Amino acid sequence: MGEHNIRNFTINFGPQHPAAHGVLRLVLELDGEVVERVDPHIGLLHRGTEKLIEYKTYVQANPYFDRLDYVAPMNQEHAFCMTVEKLLGIEVPRRAELIRVLFSEIGRLLSHLLNVTTQAMDVGALTPPLWGFEEREKLMIFYERISGSRMHANYFRPGGVNMDIQPELIDDIEAFCDPFLQVLDDLDTLVIGNRIFKQRNVDIGVLTLDDCWKWGFSGPIVRSCGVAWDLRKSQPYSLYEEMDFDIPVGLNGDNYDRQVIRMEEMRQSVRIMRQCLDKLRAPDGQGPVTTLDGKVAPPSRKDMKRSMEALIHHFKLYTEGFHVPAGEVYAAVEAPKGEFGVYLVSDGTNKAYRCRIRAPGFAHLQGMDFMCRGHMLADVAGVLGSIDIVFGEVDR
Amino acid sequence: MSAELQALSDHIASSLGATVVERAIAFDELTIVARREEIVQVVTFLRDDPQCRFVCFIDICGADYPAREERFDVVYHFLAPHHNRRIRVKVMTDEATPVPSLVGLFPAANWYEREAYDLYGILFSGHPDLRRILTDYGFEGHPLRKDFPMTGYVEVRYDDGQGRVVYEPVKLNQEFRNFDFLSPWEGTDYVLPGDEKAKA
Repeated sequence: MGEHNIRNFTINFGPQHPAAHGVLRLVLELDGEVVERVDPHIGLLHRGTEKLIEYKTYVQANPYFDRLDYVAPMNQEHAFCMTVEKLLGIEVPRRAELIRVLFSEIGRLLSHLLNVTTQAMDVGALTPPLWGFEEREKLMIFYERISGSRMHANYFRPGGVNMDIQPELIDDIEAFCDPFLQVLDDLDTLVIGNRIFKQRNVDIGVLTLDDCWKWGFSGPIVRSCGVAWDLRKSQPYSLYEEMDFDIPVGLNGDNYDRQVIRMEEMRQSVRIMRQCLDKLRAPDGQGPVTTLDGKVAPPSRKDMKRSMEALIHHFKLYTEGFHVPAGEVYAAVEAPKGEFGVYLVSDGTNKAYRCRIRAPGFAHLQGMDFMCRGHMLADVAGVLGSIDIVFGEVDR
Repeated sequence: MSAELQALSDHIASSLGATVVERAIAFDELTIVARREEIVQVVTFLRDDPQCRFVCFIDICGADYPAREERFDVVYHFLAPHHNRRIRVKVMTDEATPVPSLVGLFPAANWYEREAYDLYGILFSGHPDLRRILTDYGFEGHPLRKDFPMTGYVEVRYDDGQGRVVYEPVKLNQEFRNFDFLSPWEGTDYVLPGDEKAKA
């Protein structure tokens, strides 16, 4: 027997692969079945969002944020609206903030439901996504009822939200909460407690806190390493300060912890939603849902029929749009996947000069190489699922 | 918050001396402009100094100001989870001068610098793998520059005859209309018949 020429094996994973969660191409270098190097090729869904926003007025730029992380659209709109409001220096009415918190938490449910159940599919369980989608369908109907669209809502606007919430919708969302907690309990027993799910996820993709910070990770991934870092608590925005909720943390920083955290976060989201619904019904939760500054928010249809001024403002706001004072700001929200930030530079015109979108998924996907090294090929799909990638936001 | 940021800003300025060119606090956010050559020292200080501890990497992005001599800004965002503070660091550069890479300090800088290179053509020295990241394989140009047209130069389609995807110069049925809203009412001076009599 002579010496064999042993070389590493390179395989191509994706761009069309059911476990790639979209259009990801991974070039994997394998030594037998052990991953030596992962080179993710991204950009297959690049649409030039940041460039497009530079050519649109602020209101026209808003819908692009739905199309980033299309699993939890309104959370992203929230970050953009916050930057614009910061530059304009306008106050958002209380009722609008309550609706924003309510729908941000619905977005969190949408995202976590999809992630937990499809990650279970990545490690071999085929039915959980069907249970998850059943619940997501109900939530998307809430989206549709408030904004007219199941996914691309364009509902948060600089200064508030587009339309008021109907009392019937408040009742229906409340009616959704209790049965949903039951579904979560079922998912817990069926998925999280499942022996195979544990075998495939425990001690896979382990991270330390130090790694998390320097790789720019955020969200459930940081929390799985034992630190209660959640922007909703640590840098409270909107009305999160007055909400009562807990932040689940993990101890081991592995795939399994991240999924358990997501399950618990959904329960906490329901808790926040309940508080929002109560506050929306309370007397101090009534009032306008958008700023009363007529130079930013459009007038009501009723006013437009009677007042010339209102008609002119409506025309100007939907053609030219409002001008935002020059300056630069960064605002971040705790999106379901981590810190979603917008860095906005305004030059005082009606269009953003530069709108940088800091998506959590981009940083997380970059960590694939470092997290997968030394793991088996089959774990690549599991790790990819646990870092919760959506290509809309990675490729922008 | 503002007083705390001012104290931090003073601390950074006194420790780093002339490497900090400019510092400002606006909208409760601290921005410092550093000298390009010393960005690595500045960020190392910000990461390791016990009063700063900006250990969490957030973002690196470019911004284009074609009117300036050094047209690009490279904007870094960091977060100090222990002190719960954020900072923005900016350096300036042009098309030819590279910015020292931060990959040695924060491995996450790798993709962000690749993105800034891809979209703006900003060069980073000491980067291990400065490839394009978001645009197509074989793409030419840097799309986020202000002088790059929004509609781009090429479009792709699948050609049935050739059985592959072909690249063609972009053809639009209607030009992209970029309205100038800055002075819509001061454009044309309409001379109506009879006006000259009123002036005379």
